[in-house]
Amino acid sequence: MKYLANVVSLELMAEKCTGCGRCVEVCPHGVFVLEDRRAAITDRDRCMECGACALNCAFGALQVNAGVGCAQAIIHSMIYGGEPTCDCSGPAQGPRSCC
Amino acid sequence: MRYTVRPGLYAVGLPTERSDVLVTANYKLSFDMVRRELKGLNVWLLVLDTKGINVWCAAGKKTFGTAELVCRIGSSGLAGRVTHRCIIVPQLGAPGIDAAAVQRETGFRVLYGPVEAKDIAAYIRMGYRKTDAMRTVHFRFRDRLVLTPMEVRPALRYYGYFALVVLVFFGVAPEGILFKQALQGAGPLLICGLAAVFAGAVLTPAALPVLPFRAFSLKGMVAGLLTMALVQWGTPLLHGVQGAMTGAVWLLCPAASSWFGLQFTGSTTYTNMSGVQRELQIGIRLYIGAVVVAALLIGIAKAQL
Repeated sequence: MKYLANVVSLELMAEKCTGCGRCVEVCPHGVFVLEDRRAAITDRDRCMECGACALNCAFGALQVNAGVGCAQAIIHSMIYGGEPTCDCSGPAQGPRSCC
Repeated sequence: MRYTVRPGLYAVGLPTERSDVLVTANYKLSFDMVRRELKGLNVWLLVLDTKGINVWCAAGKKTFGTAELVCRIGSSGLAGRVTHRCIIVPQLGAPGIDAAAVQRETGFRVLYGPVEAKDIAAYIRMGYRKTDAMRTVHFRFRDRLVLTPMEVRPALRYYGYFALVVLVFFGVAPEGILFKQALQGAGPLLICGLAAVFAGAVLTPAALPVLPFRAFSLKGMVAGLLTMALVQWGTPLLHGVQGAMTGAVWLLCPAASSWFGLQFTGSTTYTNMSGVQRELQIGIRLYIGAVVVAALLIGIAKAQL
């Protein structure tokens, strides 16, 4: 199953890629492959914009407007402002220290 | 019922200083599933405090995140328990974890394991390598079906408000509230409302891959039209309904089903924010338009009673 065509915000800056393969390792939809020791996007329509690749790319070669593909969250953020988040299960706590 | 596990370092079997270290969330169901799948292995299990939320959702919120992982590695004394410097984080935790930052701050190298706990043993056996299947998220019929109650519940709440409004609208007369008139007038709307709940919250998730179009609003609309056709021509429920009311039910049911279908984007594993925003930009105007036109038709239908 694929979602809408040509909407995904994923960008790969191939010149910064070192071919480490992190993006291939983290992508849950097989969007990336390694070709000639560089990452390449196979099918960008499969990207769900989770942001795992961009966060884990140590070389800044990936950019994506990460967020949740959830109508309720997006409507909530349209009405009340802020980023769309998965707050169905209670308010976001945000990163905090355990120590 | 509490669904949380105390965060910290747990031993599965009899791990040694050379045993693998796996990371998970403190949602009890995740923790129990991981433990069950690790039976027979000797490993360390580092449980992060995600407030009882599963790995993937918590990673989206960054509670399964770099800061928590770095802190937990420190507070659990992991570095003193094992001699190697490697941890296996579930792949679906990756949206919350910056692997390079974790290594910089703790010295531990992050390996992203398989998506599902059932593949952990095979992943370790294969020398920390994943097959394509192990790194891909699926969305099978079974996965979708178990989610339908979570779609039906909020849809029924909308339905309750809707039923109340139309019953009152048709019941109100100069003589007071007439129950017979309320049921007679609102009957077709109550039926089409239930059809919309079924079409949008049950049929759309269950039949997702076979419904045409990629947009969830369109899938929901098709499901609503099919269900409406079944109610109209396959049952006697709408016999005798005509004129403006026919127009109202045929407009409302697909529109509401489309709306409920769009809500299912929040439960899927493959929709993205840009796409849902696009659907909403176009959809909201159409939904408002449909409600306005349907309200006019319902008004006309009452005048015709």
